[in-house]
Amino acid sequence: MNVQINGEMREFEAPMSILQLLQAMSLPSQKIAVELNLEIVPKSAYHSQMVAAGDRIEIVHFIGGG
Amino acid sequence: MSADSSKDDVLTIAGRDFSSRLIIGTGKYADYAENAAAAEAAGAEIVTVAVRRVNLSDPSAPMLIDYIDPKKYTFLPNTAGCFTGEDAVRTLRLAREAGGWSLVKLEVLGDEKTLYPNMPETLRSAELLVKEGFDVMVYCSDDPIMAKQLEDIGCCAIMPLAAPIGSGLGVQNPINIRMIIEQSKVPVLVDAGVGTASDAAIAMELGCDGVLMNTAIAEAKNPVLMAQAMRHAVIAGRQAYLAGRMAKRLYADPSSPLGGLI
Repeated sequence: MNVQINGEMREFEAPMSILQLLQAMSLPSQKIAVELNLEIVPKSAYHSQMVAAGDRIEIVHFIGGG
Repeated sequence: MSADSSKDDVLTIAGRDFSSRLIIGTGKYADYAENAAAAEAAGAEIVTVAVRRVNLSDPSAPMLIDYIDPKKYTFLPNTAGCFTGEDAVRTLRLAREAGGWSLVKLEVLGDEKTLYPNMPETLRSAELLVKEGFDVMVYCSDDPIMAKQLEDIGCCAIMPLAAPIGSGLGVQNPINIRMIIEQSKVPVLVDAGVGTASDAAIAMELGCDGVLMNTAIAEAKNPVLMAQAMRHAVIAGRQAYLAGRMAKRLYADPSSPLGGLI
C-alpha cells in the first residue's frame, strides 16, 4: 500500500500499525509525534492504530527554534 | 528588603516557579552541543523549541533532545513559521503529544520581512489554544490594548517584542513596554530584539519579569560567553529594578559632605 509520510509517498506492506511503521523507518517513538489524516495519534494508540492505503501521515519532532 | 532577597525572587508562569528570568531559543547555533553549552552558561530553565517534520532519509541525524534534556529544561514549543491560527493550533497539539507540555509560546507572524505578529490572528489563536487547555505565552506587538486583550483571553504571559525578531536593535519603545508592565497581572517578558547585555538589562530595569532571546546569543562570536553575559545582565537589571533607582537630577549633587570643609 502507498502512504504519504511528511509529503513523500512511501510503500509498505499491509497490515501495518503506526508502531510497526515507525520501527520500519527506524524512528524513535518516544521522541516524535504522529498525525494521521490531520488527527493526532496518541502514543498509547501506536500499536493499535492501523495504517490504510492513501493515509496522510505527519511525523514531527523538536528542533532548534526561537 | 534584604540584600539577598533576590534569592526568593521567583518567576511564576502558569503556576510553575522558575528562578531564572532568562529564556533562550535553540535556533541558529552551529550545532546542538554549542546550544547546550549556551543554555548551561545562560542558567536558563526554559528553552524554546520548534516543531518540524523528522528527517525521513536520515533517522539517525542528531536530535535536539539528545543534547538538551527535557527533564532538566522546560521545553517551550513555539509556533514559529505559522501564519494562521489553525496552523498554530495544529503545531502545538503535535508538540503536546510529542512531549506532553501544555506551556507553549504562540507566535503568529503577519509578514516575512518584519516578522511582526499578526495581532488579529494572534488573538484568535490564543482564544482557541486557551480553550484547549494550553498555557499560552504570547509573542505580541508592544500595543498595550492588544496586550490587555490577550491577558483577558487568558494568556499566562505577555511577550511584546523589543524590536523585530533577530534585529538586535534593543528596546525601541520603552514607554509602551512600561505601560504593558504596569497594566498586566501576568508576567511580561520582552521577546525578540535584544542585541547585547545592556539591552537585556534595560528591559529588566523597566520591570519586565523576564527576557526571551535567541539570536543575540546564537550569533555572538562567542555564544557561550554571551550567554553568560546575558545571565548577568538579566540578574543585574532585575536587582536594579527591585532596588529602586535614584531620582535623576539636572545638576550635580556632591557625594562628599560639604560640612567640615577646611
